[in-house]
Amino acid sequence: MIGSIYAIISIGFNIVYNATDAINFAQGEFVMLGGMVAIALFNGVKLPLWASFFLSVAIVTLVAAALERMTIHYQRERQVVNLIILTIGWSIFLKGSAMLSWGKDSFDLPSFSGSDPIQFWKATLLPQALWIIGIGLLISVGLHLFFKYSLIGRAMKACSFDRISARLVGIDDDWMVLISFGLAATTGSIAGIIITPVTLMAYDNGGMIGLKGFCATFLGGLGNLYGSIVGGILLGILESLGAGLISSGYKDAIAFAIFLLILFFKPSGLLGHETKERV
Amino acid sequence: MENFLEKRRKRQYQYLLFFALAIFLFPVFVRSKYLLNVMVFSGIHTIVVVGFCLLMGYAGQVSLGHAAFFGLGAYTSGVLTVKFGFNPWMAFGAGIILTACVAYIIGVPSLKLKGHYLAMATLGFGIIIQIIFVQWRSLTEGPSGLVDIPGISIGGFKFNTDFKYYYFVWIFAAVAVFFSLNIVQSRVGRALRALNKKEIGAEAMGVDTAKYKVQVFVLSAIYASVAGSLYTHYITFLSPEGFTFPFSVLILVMAVFGGLANIWGGAVGAISLTILPEFLRAYKNYDIIIYGVILIAVMMFMPNGILGLVESAIDRIKAKRRAA
Repeated sequence: MIGSIYAIISIGFNIVYNATDAINFAQGEFVMLGGMVAIALFNGVKLPLWASFFLSVAIVTLVAAALERMTIHYQRERQVVNLIILTIGWSIFLKGSAMLSWGKDSFDLPSFSGSDPIQFWKATLLPQALWIIGIGLLISVGLHLFFKYSLIGRAMKACSFDRISARLVGIDDDWMVLISFGLAATTGSIAGIIITPVTLMAYDNGGMIGLKGFCATFLGGLGNLYGSIVGGILLGILESLGAGLISSGYKDAIAFAIFLLILFFKPSGLLGHETKERV
Repeated sequence: MENFLEKRRKRQYQYLLFFALAIFLFPVFVRSKYLLNVMVFSGIHTIVVVGFCLLMGYAGQVSLGHAAFFGLGAYTSGVLTVKFGFNPWMAFGAGIILTACVAYIIGVPSLKLKGHYLAMATLGFGIIIQIIFVQWRSLTEGPSGLVDIPGISIGGFKFNTDFKYYYFVWIFAAVAVFFSLNIVQSRVGRALRALNKKEIGAEAMGVDTAKYKVQVFVLSAIYASVAGSLYTHYITFLSPEGFTFPFSVLILVMAVFGGLANIWGGAVGAISLTILPEFLRAYKNYDIIIYGVILIAVMMFMPNGILGLVESAIDRIKAKRRAA
């Protein structure tokens, strides 16, 4: 279940990476913002849950698009380090704004369909877990179709292979960067909303979940959307196993230790191709 | 050529002399305890960031785990003095040795990786170390923190006031800057810059890139460890929160803010970004937002940092003069 969350977040990283070669350090903040905005709409404005969900996703997507237009858009050379620091700047800004708007408390959302656990063979599952897994699947399939069949999706893929050739055949790569940040925010905020009924959400929850998303991304292979799914789910399983078998305090350390081993021995990730760059 | 290098070296030493003089005179004019306190932190940050500039600005290797090295130095100092009754100086040295060993062990496999992969490897390493600080309660006291860490002294002379500690820290910082300037202008410095520009090219010219990369990585870790130990004996209290990922990011940001490809940039970035939040404190809760905005603005309008901006301004003036 938590694996699906990591997978969704990781997909967001990969979309941005493919478009800009940069890692979006604000991804975790999009997750947090998705959850917090949905909470505000549900508790504050008293919208129904489904409306809060969609409106929150739309708002976060617009915020990301606006940030891209105001900052990344003006970066002529697009040096990777600069892009990374820009997104770090965003994340500080978003986190600060969230703290200011909602304070430092954790907030809750009701589960999407009741909270009575479901017996499933010998395991008990929360209904929300099914929602998370289902939505994760839906996003994966949806994006797969999007990148395979839609014009925009295919143009984005072309940009990720070779930006200059893509521009030569008439693709507006500037647009593609905008769309990629938008999509990353969409997926991130969805992840944030569906996880809130399980883990609650506070202004500073974005950081760690974002880092775990990184882990999943590199586990599966940077730039590989299917790698994201494999990496995310694998990370979720390993983490739970580690917490159960060794120690729950070291749960996160285990996730990162495995991640380091993968980096050292197969840096292209489990599903990645060997790159020639390595010496 | 030799003449030119010689001239440039002399100019760097002149800067260093001015810098040292300014730092030396600062407490003579400013007696506010609060400002001295801020400047002590500036000095500590300067040491880390200057080391970081060597690694990232000159050798072009990214690290997102420098907080871990800082923390290793800090915790070795803290744990050895509190739990095992070590002399602070012995603990200081032990911290350096331990950090150097860890950096070497991590550096050898990590530095084979490039770009994002290296960034992620150091990030993962940093988080693991941080979790160990939290979890190894018998040594570090975990989240509640290690208290009653003794101050540091030389032969009975205790560095126990902000005023004394200010000079203590800045002597280390000045040595760090001096040492880095020497490295940068030596054969090693040229090798590092070469491998930054084109690693394969540098290798073809006979630069043992793998060796230099690990060396500079270990060196910058040692800088961080020294800074960590200085930090420990100043605030005499350690909790794991100070050594998390955001601190690694802060180090990176300071370096970029001042100007990455320059030792002075590191010092300028460290000092200005340590002082800035103190000014922003007046805006209460808005400070973190303003901080984010400043960061974004700097990246957009002066991507080469403050020193980069100054340099290009000087170049423009010179060009104008030549044209006239």
